[in-house]
Amino acid sequence: MDAVLGQLFAGLSLGSVLLLAALGLALTFGQMGVINMAHGEFMMAGAYTAYVAQNVIADAGVALILAIPLGFVVGGVMGVVLEATLIRRMYLRPLDTLLVTWGVALILQQVARDVFGAPNVDVRAPSWLSGSVDLGITQVPAARLFILGLAVVAVTGLALVLTKTALGRRIRAVVQNRDLAETAGVSTRATDRLTFFIGSGLAGIAGVALTLLGSTGPTLGSNYIVDAFLVVVAGGVGQIKGTVIAAFGLGLLQAGIEYSTTASLAKVAVFALVVVFLQARPQGIFSVRTRSLA
Amino acid sequence: MNTVRSVAILCALALATSACGSRTDTGSGGTAAKSCVDTSGDSVKVGFLNSLSGTMAISEKTVFDSLKLAADQINAAGGVNGKKLSVVSEDGASEPTVFAEKATKLISSDCVAAVFGGWTSSSRKAMLPVFEGANALLFYPVQYEGLESSPNIFYTGATTNQQIVPALDYLKEKGVKSLFLVGSDYVFPRTANKIIQAYAKANGIEVKGEEYAPLGHTDFATIVNKVKGSGSAAVFNTLNGDSNVAFFKEYRNAGLTAAAMPVVSVSIAEEEVGGVGVDNLVGQLTAWNYYQTIDSPANKTFVAAFKEKYGQGRVTSDPMEAAYTSLFLWKSMVEKANSFTPDDVKKASGGVSHDAPEGMVTVNGENHHIAKTALIGKVGADGLIHTEWSSAKPIEPDPFLKGYDWAKGLAG
Repeated sequence: MDAVLGQLFAGLSLGSVLLLAALGLALTFGQMGVINMAHGEFMMAGAYTAYVAQNVIADAGVALILAIPLGFVVGGVMGVVLEATLIRRMYLRPLDTLLVTWGVALILQQVARDVFGAPNVDVRAPSWLSGSVDLGITQVPAARLFILGLAVVAVTGLALVLTKTALGRRIRAVVQNRDLAETAGVSTRATDRLTFFIGSGLAGIAGVALTLLGSTGPTLGSNYIVDAFLVVVAGGVGQIKGTVIAAFGLGLLQAGIEYSTTASLAKVAVFALVVVFLQARPQGIFSVRTRSLA
Repeated sequence: MNTVRSVAILCALALATSACGSRTDTGSGGTAAKSCVDTSGDSVKVGFLNSLSGTMAISEKTVFDSLKLAADQINAAGGVNGKKLSVVSEDGASEPTVFAEKATKLISSDCVAAVFGGWTSSSRKAMLPVFEGANALLFYPVQYEGLESSPNIFYTGATTNQQIVPALDYLKEKGVKSLFLVGSDYVFPRTANKIIQAYAKANGIEVKGEEYAPLGHTDFATIVNKVKGSGSAAVFNTLNGDSNVAFFKEYRNAGLTAAAMPVVSVSIAEEEVGGVGVDNLVGQLTAWNYYQTIDSPANKTFVAAFKEKYGQGRVTSDPMEAAYTSLFLWKSMVEKANSFTPDDVKKASGGVSHDAPEGMVTVNGENHHIAKTALIGKVGADGLIHTEWSSAKPIEPDPFLKGYDWAKGLAG
């Protein structure tokens, strides 16, 4: 029983990691249709932000909490710079964007190598996040519980921004009908840039969170980028709730299959299931009806 | 629909690149070039072939550094057989095919007397036909899965009976009755685990689980869950690269400790400890043939010289030491043969020994591996590894495990 509950939590936790990695993409790829291969490198930048914060501030806990907003800003600013210099010029050529941003990803990895060195760096977990928390029915790693909470906060925050604020309304208007939004007086340029800032910033937050679980090195982003795209596509392009359901669905599926088989097989099975699912439902779990994303 | 199609292409691209990394294409190379080594002047060329770019650069750059140090020291002391070494270095780019290509270039167009380098088994297997075809020499400095013995390769890292088998002997001596095996999903861990299974069966150790994670796997919640639930006495870890970081963080987060369930790792050396995090590794065990902390004059000189050249913050590790030693072994072979010709060097190789930083090592003329002492180490709070146990004397290399009854049938 304990093992099953532990495994259930492992699946939820993996889902929250996938969600954090994919949430920003759900905005930039899902809403704007930009295939940004450098999204993973914004996560890497967030992870290194946590590392730098820890070197400046001695207390690992304070450093981590501070690194979350800092990572958001660092990722966001990198995103805006990329959008303003390169992506803006190729909104109508998604395949070119794919190659260009992949090139940017490689450059950013090398920059990280030159600045921080090729070996992984060590980001220490604060004492209150190492070890397990007893939930009464089962014990769960504190770091994973923290990331689960962070993912929930990030999704809620994003949903609030999209539904309750003027900015959110503008973003949705531009996504659903760019021309009409522009005619109605919405500055689509400014909206695009802000959307990209938020999406890339979320990648930065994901990077900070991932330092608690895995390695912090130049290739951190490339480890997650394919999974992140998988989640967004399976969830349905243009839908945050689709991304949430897909992330937790894939996380539980991966953990469930892995427990009864092996990690390699689970990965293959999840890929195969997503392919079959997309055959039956190419638009993903949810889809938006729009005129611009035809 | 455009975006959906783009994603399909994107995934195909991403998968293709990751697949390239593990391809073991041995198609190129193998052209029988006549040796063109020029020994007429007062210098002789040697080739260093390491990945200075790509995923393996992180490890292979350190080997390259220690090879350079060895070359500098040999030159400062008068060279090899009176000739100064002139180093030609090439980048293997973490791609087996590039290794084969560059090896061909070093042998037939640069005309080097010997090549030093390679790290992954796939890079070695890609280079093997090139060196055999051209009858040239390769010195390979990394511990590997054994079951190979090429007349044209000298293996200066450990084979399985000098690393994995002693680690198992150590665990048995400590009274460990059950093991859990965790490894990355490729040739070395799978071969190592086959050996461990055979050993365990013959020695009354129960293997409670055997789990593999794809290379680059980052989520170890499930595997650690299985390890935790198994109640094993120890874990044998053959994970490679970044996966180690995720594994040890998860291990600690799940409340598992070195005291209750120690992990023996064969791929974590001094270089990796920092990246995994000392906090996550303290008290865990490693199996190698060299640690920076070895207390011998030869090692102290090596460590001091390395830090002097590359910075006080740098550490020395087993593959680095094996590479460093390989250049000195080649020097002794050449001087014993009084010739740079590969055939003469091979003939002279048997019995050549060197007082290396790891201790006295001796070349086995038959299988071209070297006898070396096995060391089990424990990660200390200082981030270095301290010898916990060592084999009584240097262990003769036995790449096909012919000398072990329980290993019958493994080599075939």
